[in-house]
Amino acid sequence: MSDPRSVAAEVARRSYGRLIALLSATTGDISMAEDALAEAFARALQKWTTPPSNPEAWLLTVARNIHRDRRKSAAERTRTSLEDAPEASVGPKERLLEEALLAANEDRRLKLLFVCAHPAIAESVRTPLMLQTVLGLDAALVANLYCMPAATLSQRLVRAKRKIRDSKIPFRIPDGGELEERLPFVLEAIYGAYALDWTRADSLEEDLRGEALFLASLVCETLAVPEALGLFSLLAFSAARQPARFDLEGAVIALEEQEMDRWHAPLFRAGERALAQASMARTPGRFQLEAAIQAAHMSRRRTGVTPWKEIAALYDGLLSFAPTRGALVARAAALLSAHGPDAALRSLEGNLAELQDFQPYWATLAHARLEMGEIEEAKAALGRAISLCTEHSLRLVLERKLESLRTL
Amino acid sequence: MRYTFLLYSDPSDFKDVTEEEMQQQLEVFGRYIADLQTAGVFVDTDWLQPAMTATSVSLKTGSKQIQDGPFAETKETLGGYFVVDVPDLDAALAWAAKCPAAHYGTVEVRASAMPEGGNPHAS
Repeated sequence: MSDPRSVAAEVARRSYGRLIALLSATTGDISMAEDALAEAFARALQKWTTPPSNPEAWLLTVARNIHRDRRKSAAERTRTSLEDAPEASVGPKERLLEEALLAANEDRRLKLLFVCAHPAIAESVRTPLMLQTVLGLDAALVANLYCMPAATLSQRLVRAKRKIRDSKIPFRIPDGGELEERLPFVLEAIYGAYALDWTRADSLEEDLRGEALFLASLVCETLAVPEALGLFSLLAFSAARQPARFDLEGAVIALEEQEMDRWHAPLFRAGERALAQASMARTPGRFQLEAAIQAAHMSRRRTGVTPWKEIAALYDGLLSFAPTRGALVARAAALLSAHGPDAALRSLEGNLAELQDFQPYWATLAHARLEMGEIEEAKAALGRAISLCTEHSLRLVLERKLESLRTL
Repeated sequence: MRYTFLLYSDPSDFKDVTEEEMQQQLEVFGRYIADLQTAGVFVDTDWLQPAMTATSVSLKTGSKQIQDGPFAETKETLGGYFVVDVPDLDAALAWAAKCPAAHYGTVEVRASAMPEGGNPHAS
């Protein structure tokens, strides 16, 4: 840990968002805060022979001075004038002050979350903005997560930051009715961060998934509202199952077939606690219901059986909050296991038109046809599911199933 | 059935692209090509020189007309294409939505008009 470079890297990973939040909170200028912090990191790498006792405080002080200088000289801002700027002095008093500030800073980080997920920011850019400014992920890495050119993403992020600055989006946590209105955007953006395909970020996968969970916990600490707890619970359950999700060939393993002793017990319990706390308020919502569905699936750990009837009923509830195709088909799959293929197919009757290009529908239909003994129809449905499937890990599963039907 | 994805975008969106960004863009497209190949639907792709380098040929007026420039001057120009072999339009649209070019431009999807859907191996 004494290597300055690795200390700096660790600080960047752990505290980037907190530092950006602190630096931009007073000015509302995220881009300038990022520039200042980047400069502070560059100086740290030059100056640290041994890292300071509180590297965050050092970086914050230096970045803050740079930030201040830049704002002063905004009109004639050039690289050279900045390099000539007087070096930041980091005395013991300032250090204590910065440490106190850092401790109080989670609140500011939360404010930054509300800025990133502000309804005035285009929906498609909220999650990437959060990943870049709050978590400090490199723009190219974020672009990889979205399979898009970094140049395109950078343009959007720059535009969003300019808008935050120029339209003066306030750095604050809304309250009352406004909070109720705005929190779903924040939760949605955090969920979006978790739902990304982190395998595209290579070895960083687990760390970064943890960050999405961390963001959810950050919201819960300050705003222990049921839906925030529901989201935390949902993410904790999903993260708990991560080690059991794929087989050796990289194919997805269905929840009901996963090896339960590979689930991460502490995360599972954290999810349970949050869900229990959420349900005390008796105001159900989308994330609480999704978490409850996961909890029901994972209750197999104690009972040995998956409670399909209960799961189907929970999907009824979820559909009343979020009528998505995914929930509709997942309910059909639960009904299939609880009551058989007729019940499953009946539940989809009113929505067939919108399901025709939806891969999970065809996979579930294939399962139902197979239960009914209609092998040819099952094969046809599987073939269609495969043609619509663009995810390799899922396609493998469907192809294996089709292969197994060929020998019947 | 063979489908062609025509990738249209505005070249001015990329005038400030850095070397690193260009490299990352190539990697993103490379992964998309690999995904198409793994799924067994890939047929062909190309990345075209800018539209301003186009030369257009026509015999429509009765004699050979060679024009310096693209067929039509538009803000969004054809930058490349993919050819995939998938069962139907829904499958083609599923893959087109994954194309990196869809993030910054428009991907026009067209079925082949050739007999057998353009596939010499089709039964």
